[in-house]
Order: sequence, then C-alpha cells, then structure tokens
Amino acid sequence: MRFISMVKSNEGRSGPPPKSLMDAMDQLVKDAAKAGCVMVEAGGLLPTSNGARIRLSNGNVTVTDGPFAEAKEVVGGYAIFDVPSKADMIEWTTRFMDLHKHHMAGWEGEAEIRQLAEMGAEPCGQAASRAAERGDRVSA
Amino acid sequence: MTATDTHRAIEAVFRIEQAKLIAGLTRMVRDIGVAEELAQDALVAALEQWPGSGIPANPGAWLMTAAKHKAIDRFRRDKLRERKHEQFGYELEIEQEAGQPDLDAALDDEVGDDLLRLVFISCHPVLSPEAQTALTLRLLGGLTSEEIARAFLLPEPTIQQRIVRAKRLLSEKRVPFEVPRGAELEARLSSVLAVIYLIFNEGYAATAGEDWMRPQLCQEALRLGRILAELARAEPEVHGLVALMEIQASRFGARTGPSGEPVLLLDQDRARWDRLLIRRGLAALDRADALNAASGRAAGPYVLQAAIAACHARAGSAEETDWARIAGLYAKLGEVAPSPVVELNRAVALAMLLGPEAGLNLVDALAGEPALRTYHLLPSVRGDLLRRLGRFAEACAEFERAAALTRNERERKLLLDRAAACLAKSEEPKKPT
Repeated sequence: MRFISMVKSNEGRSGPPPKSLMDAMDQLVKDAAKAGCVMVEAGGLLPTSNGARIRLSNGNVTVTDGPFAEAKEVVGGYAIFDVPSKADMIEWTTRFMDLHKHHMAGWEGEAEIRQLAEMGAEPCGQAASRAAERGDRVSA
Repeated sequence: MTATDTHRAIEAVFRIEQAKLIAGLTRMVRDIGVAEELAQDALVAALEQWPGSGIPANPGAWLMTAAKHKAIDRFRRDKLRERKHEQFGYELEIEQEAGQPDLDAALDDEVGDDLLRLVFISCHPVLSPEAQTALTLRLLGGLTSEEIARAFLLPEPTIQQRIVRAKRLLSEKRVPFEVPRGAELEARLSSVLAVIYLIFNEGYAATAGEDWMRPQLCQEALRLGRILAELARAEPEVHGLVALMEIQASRFGARTGPSGEPVLLLDQDRARWDRLLIRRGLAALDRADALNAASGRAAGPYVLQAAIAACHARAGSAEETDWARIAGLYAKLGEVAPSPVVELNRAVALAMLLGPEAGLNLVDALAGEPALRTYHLLPSVRGDLLRRLGRFAEACAEFERAAALTRNERERKLLLDRAAACLAKSEEPKKPT
C-alpha cells in the first residue's frame, strides 16, 4: 500500500537542510528498500513565496499569492512510499524525523502520513477489519 | 501511544529488522535454525521491555545486541555438553562483537552482504523448490508458517515440516553461508529468481482454489524482488524480474470484474492499469537493458519476458499492441529458455498478427507436446482461435476441455461461460452471406 508523507514546518525558521541530513536520508531510503519499503517518489517544495492559493468560496474564486504569512506550518517536502502496512510507514517516518533531531538541531515540524487511493486497493483499516472478521492475518 | 499501538509498532520494527537480524546471526553461528531462534528470543525480550522503556533509538542494534547475549547464554549452556571444536571460535567472535560499540552505520555493506547470503542459502539447490519457497517467505518475507500455509492453501503442519526439514538439511549438508562467485553465481541466481517468480505466479494466477488471484503473494514476491534488486544491483536479470512483476502487478485493478471474475488482458480497461507501477517496471527494464548493453550480454529470460509485458504496457489499446515485436521476443525467449508454453504464446502473438487461421496451424503443431497435454491454456487458445474463425461448435468443445483441466474455480467459470456463448452462437441460424 502506498502512503504519502507531507513534512510541515515553520517557514523561514530554518535554512536548507545540511548535507549531513541529506546523506542520512539517502541512507535511510536505502535501508528501507532493503526491508521491502520502497520510496516511489519524493520532492522538496520551494518557499510559499513562489506559490499561490486559489480558493473557491461563496461562489467566488480568489487567488492569493504567497508567502502565506498567516500559516504556522507549511508543507516543505513530500515522499511517497510503498510499504507492507501503516505501522511500517509510521516506523520509517519516525526514523526520518529522528534524523532531523541529530542533523538539524532545533528544527521542529510534523510529518503527516496519508494513504493513497489505489486501483483495486482499499484503506488499510477496512481491509484489516474485514480480514479480522474472516480470521485472516491482519496485513492487508 | 496505546498498548495496541505500541504492540503494532514493535511488530513493524521486527518485520523491518528480522531478515537483517537472522542474516547477521547466521553469519556468526553458522546455523540458520539457531539464528532464527535467537532472533525470536530477541523479539520476546523486546516485547517484554519496550512497552515500558519505549522503542529504542536504534531498534535494529538493540535487537542484535539482545540476540548476541542470548547466543552467549546458549553457548555457555552448551558447554556442559560435548560440542564441536569450531564452536569455540564462533563464541569468541560473538563475545567480541557483543562487547563492541555499535558499528551499524559503518557496516552497511556487510548487512547487505549478509542479507544476500540469506537469500542464496534459502534458495539453495539442495532444497526442493517447495522448501526454498517456504524458507524464503519465512526468513526474508517474515511470514509465519500459518500465513504461508494459507497463501498456498496447505495445512500449516505441512509448511512447518518443510521449514524444519529445510533448516535441518542445510545444517546437515553444511551449506556455506556465502554469496556464490564466478560461474556458480549465474546458476544460483537463476534459482533465486525462480523462487521469487514462483511466489509471484502463485498469487497472479492461483493454480487452485476459489480466488482468481491472491495479490498478497504477488506483493510479497514484488517486495522480495525489490529487495534483491537493491542487494544485487549489477545483475540485469534481477532488474528484469522486478520489471516483469511491476508491470504484471500494474494490471491487478483491471484483471477482475465487479464480482471477482477474471478479465483477460485484451479485454481490460487500460485506464485502470496502475501507471506508477508501469513506470517503475519500465525503469527497471531500462536498467536491465543498460547493464546488458554495457557488458555485451544477451537478454536473459526475465528481461525478455519483461520486454513482452512492456509491449502491452506501452500500447494505449489492445489494437495498438505491437504483435510483431512480441512474436519476435517470444522467438528469442524460445531460444534462451525453450518451452512448449513459450511456443504456444508465440503462436498466439502470430495469430494476432497474421490471423486466426495461421495461429491455429501453429497451435495444432504443438498439440502433440506431452508437456501441454494437461495444460488448460492449449485448448483455451484453440477455442479462442476457432471462435474467431466462426467455428463455434468446435470452439465450445475446446473451452469445455480447458474448463475441465483448470483447477482454478474462477477460471473454470470464465471458460464455461465462453463455451456457453459459443454454443449459443453455433445454434443461431446461419445468416445469409
């Protein structure tokens, strides 16, 4: 099953990630692959000053250019993983956040993981509970 | 975190670390069965301690240290009994390692090598294909005997016995824990790839039972293939196998209809194919081709099969399929891995290219093949060609024969439906032409 991890942090508080963090992340991705958890795609986002928000509300579409001063934390990067279970995704994401602790002292942020809808797949919870009803192993 | 969350997190950590742990321990104790028991002991220790202490910062290193201490306990206990001289050496080695600071990061390549050794020993030719499969799923896939038994529709004790016997045989034969080198590597690697593809195929076209597919087995095989590709990056056939599995897996969503019935390749809604898996598959195939080109090697059987799957993946519709290229690839495949099944597939591709009449001649030339006598796809292909020629009564008989030969219930139903459709056509009054 696939999950996207969206990493949010306070914009402007921190500079670009140091090389040691990037190297550690590369290593983490290699370790994950050896455990059968594959990074499908990943990317970093440029500052919100390069972006805009397009909103539909009360029948009106409005465009607001970045930066988004009012936003406390904004998405700065994302990664999509193909993993055997949500618990695996949580574990790798925990390790990912741990790397920041060691290589980017003082950085704070949040990684939100969300399961991606897939053709023929179903949310891990549903498959798990159906499997539990049948008495299957819960792995979905 | 609730207790359930903690438990689930520990399970995830263990699933992630287990193969590495068993691999590292096998190198030290030279016995895969003992290594697995030590890994289990370490898990038990984790389950006792982590809910209270929290999951340690480096859980892999924690588990390895715990397992090493269990190993030392075990050797000390064994001292009371008579033991082999060589064990003293291992014991010293383990005691030294257990006392050392964590070298995990520095030893990344070594971890990879241990895992690769574990792959090769699990698929060692002294073991039967059934034993290789069970052991691989158990040690590298981390599946329990119960899970493996359910996946293969076998009683759990059968799988347990296979695993126990396999481990005993490896120990008795003193099969070395190593990555084969030189000329041996190719033969050994092909047996590893065969095991992974066997697992995939059992899931993709379940040979028996109620379900048309068992995607869980496919996922497991794909996962094993991706791990192997990470461990043996220079081997084109590994990337070929991964490409083949990624592309075949891309069709999961389109391979079954609303009520679970099979939908054949040319009838599938291609919008339902998983583009991401196709992209990964094509990228893996490119890697394989580049490796072959760089070393001047000819494409092996998995690369060729992946290339065939890629032809389908690249075609926007069934009509756009490059059948000439597919027929050519099957001809090459027939050279490197001759088999009547490959010939049958080549005939199907040529029938698409040249018409059903020519296809039928080719298929009929294969009818005498002993290997195809009980192969349900032969009458199934004949039935399809006869149907396209408007010879519906004969087509009906062929589909019925095919239905009698398959052991998969879903497929049987599909074949009987096709037989009934042909029967109805054959009874229609002939339209004046």
